[in-house]
Amino acid sequence: MSNENIKVLVIDDEEIVRESLGGWLEKDGYTITLMPDGMSALEYLKTNAADILLVDLKMPGIDGLQVLEEAKRLQPAAIVVIMTAYATVDTAVSAMKLGAYDYLVKPFDPEELSLMLEKIVSQQALRHENDVLRKALKRDWGFHDLISKSPAMQKVFELSRVAAPSASTILILGESGTGKEVLARAIHAESPRSGGPFVAVNCAALTESLLESELFGHEKGSFTGAVARRKGKFEAADGGTLLLDEVGDVSPKLQLELLRVLEERKFHRVGGNEPIQVDVRIVAATNRELMKLVADGRFREDLYYRLNVIPITLPPLRDRREDIPLLVERFVEGLAVELQKPIEGVTPEAMAALMAHAWPGNVRELRNVLERGAVVAKTKLIDVADLGLPAASDPSAPAVQPGTLEDVERHYIEDVLAQTGGNVTQAARILAIDRVTLYKKIRKYGLRRGAGEEDAAAEGGVEIRNAR
Amino acid sequence: MDGICVWWIGENEPESGMIDHVQIHVERAFDVPVRIISDPARPEGTLDARRRQHASGRVLKWLLEKGPPGAKVLGVTDVDLFIPILTFVFGEAQLGGTAAVVSTARLKEPLPVSDPRLVVERLAKEAVHELGHAMGLVHCATPDCAMGRSASVRDVDSKRGSLCGSCKAEIRARAAGGSS
Repeated sequence: MSNENIKVLVIDDEEIVRESLGGWLEKDGYTITLMPDGMSALEYLKTNAADILLVDLKMPGIDGLQVLEEAKRLQPAAIVVIMTAYATVDTAVSAMKLGAYDYLVKPFDPEELSLMLEKIVSQQALRHENDVLRKALKRDWGFHDLISKSPAMQKVFELSRVAAPSASTILILGESGTGKEVLARAIHAESPRSGGPFVAVNCAALTESLLESELFGHEKGSFTGAVARRKGKFEAADGGTLLLDEVGDVSPKLQLELLRVLEERKFHRVGGNEPIQVDVRIVAATNRELMKLVADGRFREDLYYRLNVIPITLPPLRDRREDIPLLVERFVEGLAVELQKPIEGVTPEAMAALMAHAWPGNVRELRNVLERGAVVAKTKLIDVADLGLPAASDPSAPAVQPGTLEDVERHYIEDVLAQTGGNVTQAARILAIDRVTLYKKIRKYGLRRGAGEEDAAAEGGVEIRNAR
Repeated sequence: MDGICVWWIGENEPESGMIDHVQIHVERAFDVPVRIISDPARPEGTLDARRRQHASGRVLKWLLEKGPPGAKVLGVTDVDLFIPILTFVFGEAQLGGTAAVVSTARLKEPLPVSDPRLVVERLAKEAVHELGHAMGLVHCATPDCAMGRSASVRDVDSKRGSLCGSCKAEIRARAAGGSS
């Protein structure tokens, strides 16, 4: 038995207790450190790791519960056991609530102490083993910020790794929320251009003329409001990668201009005469069926072939349900840090509900559902009720409460956006209004549009964004 | 090493043959000469009136003062021993030190022990165990080894009175001036 790697900190103001417990544990081979009070223990923990803390409840100055709370903050993985000469239910409950592993009444039965430590050590060993395994698995299953063990996604990673170093145009296809932008960023990071800029433009978010100016820039005075010369995204992405998101929504006029840039690698600013040459790797993405748009005459065939050099299709989440536990773990870890809440996972019932859901909004929807769950959860585990998932078939879904017309509109837009997983294009289609109008309404009502920009690093990525 | 001394320091007379049995086991386990001390002196000031038990730490201190110089000394007693943090101990030793103590008090549990030889066997095992600590050994996970943890009589009964190969090697290494 090699316990010498296990560091045990004994914190008790009574020297005789400290010494006798330390002496006993020393014979188990643990590495023991004795501390006479809470303050010195916390100072010690700021710079030294400890695996197990045995903390006396009643100490002058900082008491055991305060030590427990602060120690858990400093070293969340440390196991804290509270010791006391006076057992009261209240303090036991408080200690457990604050994250104590157990509660021992002094003096202890030797067997009780031995068994408890044995249990802690084996759990720690198991946890360590799990951590190592999990990291190894993540390494094998991950591609930058994407994670998956499904064969379809593994193929996506493989193709992306092969395609990334080349300068070829990549077309990423997939439903909204599947992580198209995250994949585009990963490809950029994996490419020799990773030192250059990564610029993303959402082609569906702007009117034709605004998008044109956004992409190519404009000269001063080229149109009303063009008070100064402005560089476009093509120039901004020089030496790097340009993501043309929702490329299926580009107007015919701009499709032609894009085609020219892709063929000649040159373009003109709006109102400009000088051709500008750029070195940009294009990654295009869309949730539309481009072939169908081509067949309908709504997308240029020549542009389609220019873009479709290396097509990569991201599968919807419902086709890779085996990834849900992995993604849940990844998102919960991130949310715990982001929300500064000790969330450790989801209950088995919640996991069952997550596995059963259809996920029309894909990974982004999963992340949003978990964020809601993490915010609402009252314990360390997110329960099924915290998720707010609709029942499988719930015709009695609560109707909108009586209110103003604006209230009703706001609620309805919110619901439609939730249904589309935050996809504005789809939502606009359902609402039968144009996207620009919907964007205005989203801004007006201050609605959440799914994941924000800060989620770009998380799988699910960002598809709804204003081109800057 | 100048050998090991075994000293009965109990309140009552030891059972017949008990100390001899301990002597034989200890001699066999450590392969060193073991001498029996028959001094009638007994530890004083070790009783904790509130707990009605004897502080094993104080017994060790007394043994250090009264024991023969140069040898490791094992006190064998019939009084109930404790250390402040635990309800009782079967024995205690200075880790890598000179003194060790074992008691028969808790080895008789659960009462009544049907076979008196069982208590003597347990005592011999615990004597080897505590002296092992005095030799610098910590608890050992090898099944049956006398240095296995003794938190209950079940633990004691499940091990043998001898040391495993790695514990013996550790003692040899320590005697040679290092630690393995």
